[in-house]
Amino acid sequence: MTTKELAGTTVDVDAEGFLTDHTVWNLDLAAAIAIEEGIDPLTDRHVEVLNFMRKEFEENGTAPSIRKMNKLNIVPTKELYALFPGGPAKKAAKIAGLGKPQGCI
Amino acid sequence: MSEQPEPIKKVSLIVSKGSLVDVYPALVMGNGARMEGMEASIFFTFFGLGALIKKTQNSLKVATVGNPAMNMAMPMLKMPITMPFPTLLGAIPGVSNFATWMMKNEMENLDIPTIPEFLEMFTDAGGEVFACKLAMDMFKLTKDDLCDQVSSVLTVGEFYERSAGASIIFT
Repeated sequence: MTTKELAGTTVDVDAEGFLTDHTVWNLDLAAAIAIEEGIDPLTDRHVEVLNFMRKEFEENGTAPSIRKMNKLNIVPTKELYALFPGGPAKKAAKIAGLGKPQGCI
Repeated sequence: MSEQPEPIKKVSLIVSKGSLVDVYPALVMGNGARMEGMEASIFFTFFGLGALIKKTQNSLKVATVGNPAMNMAMPMLKMPITMPFPTLLGAIPGVSNFATWMMKNEMENLDIPTIPEFLEMFTDAGGEVFACKLAMDMFKLTKDDLCDQVSSVLTVGEFYERSAGASIIFT
């Protein structure tokens, strides 16, 4: 485990830069991680998706799948790929302060 | 000093067989490639085309004959994985239907979409679906027989052109 300077605070991250404690997350941290992932600025629409992912994570212990977010009309798959280009599930989970997604779908 | 291997940027998958378990791996691998930010396409040829035909894509079956590894499915019936499944048993009418039903249930539990939904998810993710021209001619099919997710019908040469720079994977 290493530490990292993000948005003026020091946070614990794993080898790939995912926060190890999702409870320290806030919007400033999210914006700082998003910039590292090439997403700037973080829009309200991004934040809606991130908040849903965090809520699911707190309820079920895992981040929701792309399929689930599409089926529940949270965000259509096409839009999700446009919001988080180049690896939506992984990038969105990282910016949401959650661990690396474990699913294959 | 060994150099860091170059990450994979593009994959082209080929599906040439048409049972349920022949089609799923390519969809999982192709969709997974898009999730990792790679370019991905799937080329359906020969019996693989069944997954793209509107009239058949919902009724792909698990083959229960000639598969010496059918014992792998036994835990779905709460039986040991070592229990043999003789191929003659698989030939009894209804057994393939039952195995297909069981497999589909198991997949839904694992949040794996049906074939038509998976094709939609893959193309929404930016993946491309191609059909093989030669196989279309052989099976007397036209583009109208195929689902909307098919972007083009390609010759082998065109498939290779589109696959420039890709890792080609035959499933």
